[in-house]
Amino acid sequence: MSKSAGRGMIQVRIKKRFARTRESAPFELDVDFQSAAATTVLFGPSGSGKTMTLDSIAGFVRPDQGRILLGDAILFDAAAQVHLPAERRNCGYVFQNYALFPHMTVRGNLEFAVGAKPRLERHRRVNETVERFHLAEVAGRKPHELSGGQKQRCSIARALIVEPRLLLLDEPGQGLDATLRAELYNELRAVRANFATPMLLVTHDLAECFELADRMVALHNGRVIQAGTPAEVVERPASLEVASLFGRYCFIPAEISKLDPARHTSVLTARPEGDTELEIDGPYLPSRLRGDHVTIYADPRRLKGMPRQGRPPRNHFPAELDRVIDTPDGVRLEFRNGLRVEMPRAEFQPNAQVREWWVEVPASAIRAI
Amino acid sequence: MALDWFPLWLSLRVASLATLLATAVGIAVAYLLAHRTFRGKNALDALVTLPLVLPPTVLGYYLLVLFGRDAWLGRAYEAVFGQPLVFTWQAAVVAAFFHAAPLLIKSTRAALESVDQSYERAARSLGASEFRTFFRISLPLASRGILAAIALAFAQALGDFGVTIMLAGNIPGRTQTVAVAIYDAVESDAGSVARILVIVTSIIAVAVVWLANHLAPKRVEV
Repeated sequence: MSKSAGRGMIQVRIKKRFARTRESAPFELDVDFQSAAATTVLFGPSGSGKTMTLDSIAGFVRPDQGRILLGDAILFDAAAQVHLPAERRNCGYVFQNYALFPHMTVRGNLEFAVGAKPRLERHRRVNETVERFHLAEVAGRKPHELSGGQKQRCSIARALIVEPRLLLLDEPGQGLDATLRAELYNELRAVRANFATPMLLVTHDLAECFELADRMVALHNGRVIQAGTPAEVVERPASLEVASLFGRYCFIPAEISKLDPARHTSVLTARPEGDTELEIDGPYLPSRLRGDHVTIYADPRRLKGMPRQGRPPRNHFPAELDRVIDTPDGVRLEFRNGLRVEMPRAEFQPNAQVREWWVEVPASAIRAI
Repeated sequence: MALDWFPLWLSLRVASLATLLATAVGIAVAYLLAHRTFRGKNALDALVTLPLVLPPTVLGYYLLVLFGRDAWLGRAYEAVFGQPLVFTWQAAVVAAFFHAAPLLIKSTRAALESVDQSYERAARSLGASEFRTFFRISLPLASRGILAAIALAFAQALGDFGVTIMLAGNIPGRTQTVAVAIYDAVESDAGSVARILVIVTSIIAVAVVWLANHLAPKRVEV
């Protein structure tokens, strides 16, 4: 495999079927995406097939159908019966548990990786890598004598020492405390800046996605449901499925009563769950017709809550408080009709006893699917 | 009367050779069963299990037929070594091998399968061949379990009676192993000989089992 191809595009179009087993329902992986970004993140909930996709690229799992291309190299092609073994794919892999060989020292782990190279070259590479990843002091230690951060650096170093064409990372941030996670992100940003190796990373953590991704590929139930920059995907989800993946939006079924393209407004008849309907103002909804049934959604941080008194102003939903949850930033009020509002603790304190609220959903916060 | 220690020495020699053989074959077969998918894998697994459940005399009978002077395996052996196999001390090695190998294969397979596969995957992703991954990663990480299995296989090889008597017979001074000698001594009313051999054999067995337990993998935090 030529190294000169450099930063290549990864193209994945694979299918794999899993029959029902005692523990699991049948599952079909059917993903199709490509990316030339420096860092691509496969985002999706557990069981969406993202690690399966990663393992298919690495060569640990053989798909039933499709093709995997990395730059000009064919890693897998079902039609042509090509299935390169993992050791010939030149894809680095950073495992969730790091998978540092427990019976070897840090240096031993690195030497194993470059084992096929001539002796001098091997020596040079290991020394260089030990320096670059600040592992000099622990080079003689076994993995169980390392701190979490050191293990992390060692596993990234070991994957990169063989100059892979692609670096795969399986949920690297999972199970790490906040400090270690920040360290990891810095390390990966440094890799992104200093190595030509593109990264493909799997996560179910939206924050991680934003920290690292140039391009985000959202997976659900074994399929790609949207791809784009993280901001694009989160702010303009293509479907209800995508929007509900992020676990952050409030959803309200509604019907379009009026559309006014000139003033860029609409009037919507909202039917919150188990509640009476309410006519509210919304933004103009392009390519929709009057009478369309849509789901409108809004970010809880843009909603306002206030104790109910008098007549409701426009776009204020009556809502009965269900529960109050403390968050690092304040409190989150959860209402019976499914709406959620976040507000600072000080603002909530005086009304802590109030059950009946208005929730204002400003027209500008409303999006529709 | 001076005690004849020949059966004990023969048994130790036979068990050592059989264990060596069983280790080499066992690791290879366990590797196939643990790491490869191929047609006939289930059949191979069943074949390996069979000696564990068959009466030793039945196994011995099969081997007698296989290695008999008329069977092709027996003829092949004779062509290579210049003498027939059955009723020689080498036959005792073969008998002990078939007695000890199945459990060794099963334990070795279990030890190999207990190695977290992410280590093997990591090695492969770093460009290591299947062969190199096996010898540098899988085998060392499973080594405690495999060594324990080898120790037990040795104890088992030492104690074989049924297969040995079918295949190697009971020729004092030539093929009479300790297990057979004890039977012989009891039959011919030589109670003191039987007692001493029983005690010595038990001590060896206990020592080997202790060693095996000592080697058995402890959960190590890695």
